[in-house]
Amino acid sequence: MIFYWPSLIGGMLIGLSAMLLLLVNGRIAGISGIVGRLLGGQRVGANAAFVAGLLLGPWLYAALTGHLPPVTIAASTLVLMVAGLLVGFGTRMGSGCTSGHGILGLARFSKRSFVATSVFLATGIAVATIMGAWR
Amino acid sequence: MNVSLRFLVSLAAGALFGFGLSLSGMVDPARVIGFLDIASGHWDPSLAFVLGGALLVALPGIAIQRRLARPALDDCFHLPTATTIDQRLVAGSAIFGAGWGLAGFCPGPAVTALSVGLTAPFVFAAAMALGMTLHDQVLARK
Repeated sequence: MIFYWPSLIGGMLIGLSAMLLLLVNGRIAGISGIVGRLLGGQRVGANAAFVAGLLLGPWLYAALTGHLPPVTIAASTLVLMVAGLLVGFGTRMGSGCTSGHGILGLARFSKRSFVATSVFLATGIAVATIMGAWR
Repeated sequence: MNVSLRFLVSLAAGALFGFGLSLSGMVDPARVIGFLDIASGHWDPSLAFVLGGALLVALPGIAIQRRLARPALDDCFHLPTATTIDQRLVAGSAIFGAGWGLAGFCPGPAVTALSVGLTAPFVFAAAMALGMTLHDQVLARK
């Protein structure tokens, strides 16, 4: 059980970040939306500030723990490119990702977000499980 | 005044989000794949605790938001208004999930991991930016 404390507390901090952005700035902390709008040149200042904050995150973690968080990537360059294209295209087409639909949408009892989260969890589990069996 | 304050709040919220992703393990694709691959024989349920923890804070937060007329630093809340479950929502989410299951990166962790000094997150993030642009600038414009 001790193993899960960092995940639970990390998750609570993510929730706190989303509520800070919502209750103070009135904005949804959906990362695909923030990045997509930044790329499209909309509200560049605020969206760039949030992205800059994200980049600081691992270094804040390093300042507290003495090391950067582990990032272990098994996928080849080709798989990373295909996966990145799918994630970018799919999140914009589906109007959200793990944060916008998975956290904010579920917390707002949005039917759309419940459907979106169920679908991306289902295809994510299917693809990862098939890839795992294939390896 | 409010504009620069909002800018600082966005920066702080981003940093807190990136720190939470780092602490929770969500920034690590190996952990995400360990959660999504249910037949590996060593399934890692910890990422369910990330979503659970986030909802534990967001649910009361949303209850507070519903009682407020406006956020602290703006005239109104900017919330999604769509309610219909259409093909775009379902197909887009399915495409996103497939990419998530392939590499273990979703948008937040992919951007956050750019600062840890590895090349692979840049490859993924560049492709993700291309995919977003392809959707927003080319296909959604038609």
